[in-house]
Amino acid sequence: MTTLGQVALAAVALLFMLSAPAFLSEHQIHILIQILFFAYLSSCWNILGGFTGQLSFGHALFLAVGAYTSTLLLLQLGVSPWIGMLAGGTLAGALGLFIGYLSFRYGIKGTFFVLVTLAFTEIARIIALNTSAIGGASGLYIPIRANDLWHLKFVNKSHYYYVIFGLLLIVLAVTAWLERSRAGHRLVAIRENEDAAEALGVNLLRYKLLATALSAFLTALGGTFYAHYVTFIDPSTLLNMNMALEITIYSIVGGIGTLLGPLLGAAVLVPIAETVRAEFGHNYAGVHLVVYGALLMIIVRYAPDGIIGLIRWLREQWTKSRLLPAHQTSEAKP
Amino acid sequence: MSLLDVQGVTRSFGGLRAVSNLSFTVERGSIVGLIGPNGAGKTTTFSLISGFDRPSAGQVLFKGERITGLSPDVICLRGLTRTFQIMQAFPKLTVLQNVMIGAYARHRAVAAARAHATEVLRKLGMAARVDEQARNLTLADLKRLEIAKALATSPELLLLDEVVSGLTPTEVEELVGLIRNIRAEGVTIVMIEHVMQAIMALSDTIVVLHHGEKIFEGQPRQVATNPAVVQAYLGEELAVA
Amino acid sequence: MTSALVLQAIVSGLLLGGVYSLICVGLTLTFGVMRIINFAHGEFLMVAMYATYFFAVGFKTEPYAAIVVVLPGLFLFGVLIFHFLIRPIQSRDPLNQMLLLVGLSLVLQNGALALFSPDTRALQSALLYSKLELGDVIIGMPMLIAFVVSILITLALYWQLRFTELGRMIRAAASDRGAAELMGINVNRVNMLAFGMGIGCLGVAAPLMMPVYYVVPDIGTFFILIAFVVVVLGGLGNFVGAMLASFLVAIAQSIGALFMPGSTAPVLPFLLFILVLLFKPEGLFGRPAR
Repeated sequence: MTTLGQVALAAVALLFMLSAPAFLSEHQIHILIQILFFAYLSSCWNILGGFTGQLSFGHALFLAVGAYTSTLLLLQLGVSPWIGMLAGGTLAGALGLFIGYLSFRYGIKGTFFVLVTLAFTEIARIIALNTSAIGGASGLYIPIRANDLWHLKFVNKSHYYYVIFGLLLIVLAVTAWLERSRAGHRLVAIRENEDAAEALGVNLLRYKLLATALSAFLTALGGTFYAHYVTFIDPSTLLNMNMALEITIYSIVGGIGTLLGPLLGAAVLVPIAETVRAEFGHNYAGVHLVVYGALLMIIVRYAPDGIIGLIRWLREQWTKSRLLPAHQTSEAKP
Repeated sequence: MSLLDVQGVTRSFGGLRAVSNLSFTVERGSIVGLIGPNGAGKTTTFSLISGFDRPSAGQVLFKGERITGLSPDVICLRGLTRTFQIMQAFPKLTVLQNVMIGAYARHRAVAAARAHATEVLRKLGMAARVDEQARNLTLADLKRLEIAKALATSPELLLLDEVVSGLTPTEVEELVGLIRNIRAEGVTIVMIEHVMQAIMALSDTIVVLHHGEKIFEGQPRQVATNPAVVQAYLGEELAVA
Repeated sequence: MTSALVLQAIVSGLLLGGVYSLICVGLTLTFGVMRIINFAHGEFLMVAMYATYFFAVGFKTEPYAAIVVVLPGLFLFGVLIFHFLIRPIQSRDPLNQMLLLVGLSLVLQNGALALFSPDTRALQSALLYSKLELGDVIIGMPMLIAFVVSILITLALYWQLRFTELGRMIRAAASDRGAAELMGINVNRVNMLAFGMGIGCLGVAAPLMMPVYYVVPDIGTFFILIAFVVVVLGGLGNFVGAMLASFLVAIAQSIGALFMPGSTAPVLPFLLFILVLLFKPEGLFGRPAR
């Protein structure tokens, strides 16, 4: 597809997405919001996990930091969530730097880094459950008001839709920039081969920290959105290992390390989850994870580059079959 | 002042001395061959010089300044780049993208890095392969890619680790020519090699290591007749390509 | 804070440590095979506990009786999982393999949720209320039995690894796959057995634990996090280290519960974990790698 074709397609998609709420029901918009929300979170994760190759199961922590920071600022000091969002993001970014520095400075990587992020998340969960000042196990409620933009409160779901859509556009823009920039290329080099990257002048610590802080900051913004959309936050939902895993699955299934992979993954998986929930009378939160888990296993085993990898492979096969003249293929000797 | 000055460098692993009190210098514009039987400590020496490992004793001076203990990326930015004996390409990236990573050491802008990388690849005769993924390359091309990546960092000193081993005699000839061109452009080279054809053709000076110690330093034509060297290689096969 | 309380905490920790050790040496065995930590280990335990529950309820027996079914069942389950899921991707990147196990753990845990609901299930043992009293310290019988049997099995496994032919082969394959193959060891078969044994440990642990704990679909998560901490503390792949670290962690948790505010004591193992990874990554009992 030519670049002009790509731009045209993107423009059409954008127009479609912007006008969608007009002709969809509240429930359908809710599903779309979930898709965009998880696409957003997963895209943020992708920056560290996909581009830089540092798999993390700790992004639930950054999500929670964002949610709790803006909520507490709102409840205690009446601060607008738009500002609270930035505060939460900064705090999460700092936390990311802390965890990242501890890990990368001391040579913790690969599966060990995964475990360290899990450990930090679990520590946070236990502390949060025991700290009544931030709601403890009972969690915090966001008071429901009528339409109030400054306080991120809307009556119609469609307004929330535009907020999360805007956030998604931001993270996609950041990712697209990374794909084209020197910094982003160096991050990918780190993923592909750390030693080789270092030998060519890439400061591993600095770049890993950059990716971690950026990923954490952006994830936390999603936390604020979550808090105001769901109007209730608690440690069990946010700092749950399942949440941490879910965030990664959309990227892995869609295509880890690609721009649209997380979005594709969410677009495919969230409706499946909704269907599973509907079928089983959505009695137990988490049943959809059976399907997610199965798909994860299948993808890891047979298509590690995800759906996007599959599409690329299919295109290659298609191109190959068209390049070979018919008489040559039939003459191929065993 | 020598470009590279290795002074009494030792690397111990518990009781084992991989490199023992090694000293040699490399003059600007020269090609130094580093040879020795397997396990002599050659690649360890490269790791010690390029920052991937710390010596237990001794120091390394580059352009008169201490680089011992600096990290590899800092040393690279100072003008000293190494290649790896085991191919260390970026598998999913294309040849061009691989080399661009090297170019980024000196070029901040993506376009400038791309131009420089393209030029380096052209000089190494790989212009036709720029868009192929590194994981699909042949061994000979991988070896060239390894050199190209390092060359793209515009080094003053290049450490080449067995860049011709495993190649056919014709391929070796080509690479020898390329390395001569690289030196002609002002890059100083230290090369580890087993392939005598290449080492003899290129080196101004040869340093021989055995069990981590330097047992000879001098002219190439004196190497084959030096008794200590011959004895070190007894039982080892000199690869004569 | 009386000394009696502290003593009780230590004893309880000790007993708990026995159970942890059985779970964790199982994880160590599978680590020796896969070179990565089995993310789904906790879920295997969960499966074993549910199996114990349904066996005991179905046949109206003591929980301990379930071992005749659960032990071989888990061993077989482990062998099958290894053969069909893990072996095909053993040459891949470790993170890839971990993700596969993550997927498996999600399927098992949430499959249990769908099938069995989040309700807690517990079993009664005839021994449940019998206690042993040593001075100020009270020891529940089921816990004592769990401790004794766990230790015995763990020691038996240790003996097997050290002194039998199979044990030597397992250790050889874990230490250097290539060299083991060159020595004529059928590494695939040995690995399969070792993995099965590692999971089989859980088949013993579950019947021992059911009278003292309860089972819910996400019980695995709780134990796996502790198990991760233990095997890292003990030195990855270090059998004896895992045993010792189990006791360390259990006692730390137990004593910590006395002194720490609220119920924050569970953070202790994780803090210890992070500190060890930073400063002594080979574990408290491991040999330094660098």
